[in-house]
Amino acid sequence: MTPSGIQGGHGHPDKWKWYDYFTFNVDHKVIGIQYLVTSFLFYLVGGFMAVLMRTELATPDSDFLTPELYNAFLTNHGTIMIFLWIVPAAIGGFGNYLIPLMIGARDMAFPKLNALAFWLNPPAGALLVGSFFVGGGAQSGWTSYPPLSEITANLPQTLWCLAIIMVGSSSILGSVNFLVTIWKMRVPSMAWDQMPLFCWAMVATSLLALFATPVLAAAMVLLLFDINFGTSFFKPDAGGNVVVYQHLFWFYSHPAVYLMILPIFGIMSEVIPVHARKPIFGYKAIAYSSMAICLVGLFVWVHHMFTSGTAPWMRIFFTISTLIVAVPTGVKIFSWVATLWGGKIRYTTAMLFAVGLLSMFVFGGLSGVTLGAAPFDIHVHDTYYVVGHFHYVLFGGSVFGIYAGIYHWFPKMTGRMLNEPLGKVHFVLTFIGTILTFTPMHSLGMQGMPRRVAMYDPQFTSLNQLVTVGSYILAVSVIPFYINVIWSWMAGQKAEPNPWNALTLEWTTDSPPIIENWEVLPVLTHGPYDYGFDPTAEDAEEALVPK
Amino acid sequence: MKQIPAPFWTLILGIVVTLVSLWVGQNNHLLPVQASEQAPLIDDLFNAMVTIGTALFIVVQGAIVYSMIRFRRRKGDDTDGLPIDGNLPLEALWTAIPAVIVVGLGLYSVVVFQEMGGFSPGGHHGHGTMVAMAPQPSVVDIDPLLAQVGPDGGIDSKVQVYGFGASSRGSGNPPDLTVNVTGMQYAWIFRYPGTGIVDGELHVPVGQDVQLIIEAQDVIHSFWVPQFRLKQDALPGEAAELRFVATREGTYPVVCAELCGAYHGGMRTQVIVHSVDEYTDWVASRVAEATPAATVAHPLGHTDAEYLAGMAPDLATAPVQIAQMISHSTP
Repeated sequence: MTPSGIQGGHGHPDKWKWYDYFTFNVDHKVIGIQYLVTSFLFYLVGGFMAVLMRTELATPDSDFLTPELYNAFLTNHGTIMIFLWIVPAAIGGFGNYLIPLMIGARDMAFPKLNALAFWLNPPAGALLVGSFFVGGGAQSGWTSYPPLSEITANLPQTLWCLAIIMVGSSSILGSVNFLVTIWKMRVPSMAWDQMPLFCWAMVATSLLALFATPVLAAAMVLLLFDINFGTSFFKPDAGGNVVVYQHLFWFYSHPAVYLMILPIFGIMSEVIPVHARKPIFGYKAIAYSSMAICLVGLFVWVHHMFTSGTAPWMRIFFTISTLIVAVPTGVKIFSWVATLWGGKIRYTTAMLFAVGLLSMFVFGGLSGVTLGAAPFDIHVHDTYYVVGHFHYVLFGGSVFGIYAGIYHWFPKMTGRMLNEPLGKVHFVLTFIGTILTFTPMHSLGMQGMPRRVAMYDPQFTSLNQLVTVGSYILAVSVIPFYINVIWSWMAGQKAEPNPWNALTLEWTTDSPPIIENWEVLPVLTHGPYDYGFDPTAEDAEEALVPK
Repeated sequence: MKQIPAPFWTLILGIVVTLVSLWVGQNNHLLPVQASEQAPLIDDLFNAMVTIGTALFIVVQGAIVYSMIRFRRRKGDDTDGLPIDGNLPLEALWTAIPAVIVVGLGLYSVVVFQEMGGFSPGGHHGHGTMVAMAPQPSVVDIDPLLAQVGPDGGIDSKVQVYGFGASSRGSGNPPDLTVNVTGMQYAWIFRYPGTGIVDGELHVPVGQDVQLIIEAQDVIHSFWVPQFRLKQDALPGEAAELRFVATREGTYPVVCAELCGAYHGGMRTQVIVHSVDEYTDWVASRVAEATPAATVAHPLGHTDAEYLAGMAPDLATAPVQIAQMISHSTP
């Protein structure tokens, strides 16, 4: 590996200017930042909708928003938080920024494809936001089940379908890129089992996205045709079938849950060992359990349809397959706890969010097991119990993980440290807000409150008000975070190349890394998690130094 | 002083966690009253899951909190922790234990599912035998809503393969009562075949085997009675079955659980579980009131969309009243 290849002749400047971040730039780090900044903007949009909905639900009557607007908010809150916040932040943002740096590559395998994949996202977001101005936004839920989606707000629903097709295409392009990059572009000395676990998680994520996303795109095209071109794939009075749509939708959308959590699991496996100062416990178990979740995760989608037109054998088959997912997920959780055990834990904000995630995910995972059992799911399906459960895993899980990742890699990405005291305020508010917002929802659902309602039985008022208070705390919690990020990015303390004293390759280059990442590509001298090992030990050296 | 061995503390801890979990499993009071035969089955399954979940929750959260305190970095210590990167027997153990638990839960779920009647939907579809319950002859032979759905008696002529059939106790027997349930934006219509009764509320006798044949007229709805622990989506174009035995007299909410439009949250009515005598009286009074002349002239020949479009302004003003509107207009 000689540096001659990167000195001149590549047609890029020494350093990107601010406006380069608004162009069709092919640098994976620029694209990663583009994904992250875009998704953090949409996080505010989706959060704003949530706060308005919670305000409506502070009283049992529909008296703050019109019911149509409420439904438009619930639809677009879900859609934006999934497709324009968690997926682009976790996969597009961290995936693009970190993978080449972690495997010792200068860029992704297909840089132009990568830029194209990103640039499909802003117009998709614009379509969703724009749909509010041309008919009040799509109103049939992020699931958009026909026939409702075919007879309600046709133009916004069409824009919604197009937006989903665009982000879906982006996801497919990104996945191909990740797989080829990880497969082919690892630094020659890095074997599969020396790869950081985030990369393993991204392999599982990308495979899942490649298998599942085309099915969603197909469903969207069929729905689009039904709405606009007179076809009747899902129109029962013209020979169509509404349940077929649900199968197509959930064949993607259950794996989508894993798309949103597997990269986060990867982030966990990076953040915890660094700040616990201990090797990851059970590297292989964590790596392979990602693959197991990816495989089993493709065969559980009907648990979203237990009360639908679902045959008895399906209810049983998918009960069993869903429960099985608990095993590899449990392996990960136990491995992280074991990583903490015997460490010397540094309470950085990144670590607080990682441990907070662990704690939240235990609860969310257990409530997920109860939902997997069809007889109980029959009772709580489509209730606030489900809303509570998936917010525990998607907010307490994915969003906590994104925060942990930002606090951990912000110094690498920007060359500046985040303010730790402000970060701790952010963590405490988020932790309290999460418990207060999403725990009472379980009780509401079991007692009889369905989800997606703008008006409800007055007996549920007090618990709903508690939830609303919790949601306001969550809304406030983002303020110290955004202040911290903006202020630190401009004027924060300068970051060293390796402020956490971490062992993965991204910390061997400058903060922020130079364009093309390294002057001279790094050589592996140790494993990614060899904390506490004596670096002079003969056998460890021999095993890890490339031949 | 003699050191107390670690296994002793582990044993004590194990016993305490077990007792706490068992107590939480039995005393969580998270579910509403039980009003159907199936409800105790589901609650027992839920409580078993809460018991196991509580134990796991305490153990894992306990380990997290313990680690956070015991293994925190001490001031001035910049060294690394112990270089332990795995332990195969331990990893095998914590893979095997959850595997055994989920297999057990899976089997238990199958048993509950079978006892609920989950394997036998479609076993006894068609008209229920009303003879025992409603001795009065039918005085209304055209059900106005039935006419909309189609000739030939409508939805109950189809074969239902979804939902819940006879529970293990009632298997092999036809239901005591069949009610056709139609979901529409934003009301539930309950029709009692053979009597001409059409109502916006569901009336059933306690202790009798009731079969609901559920279908939707426009979009997907979902029929849910929290106190029965039962839910079944009402699908346009595909009928489903829900069979239950109400075990407790009283009035319980019927809730639509599938997003069905702007006023989805207002799509609520109730199920009244009567004593058998009270129910017979109710049937008698409703049949006596009914006269064929009063049937509503529904806009036959219109498509569902046109029909709904005509109703839309009314719906926007008084969504919840639709059920009453329809039931009152067919006295």
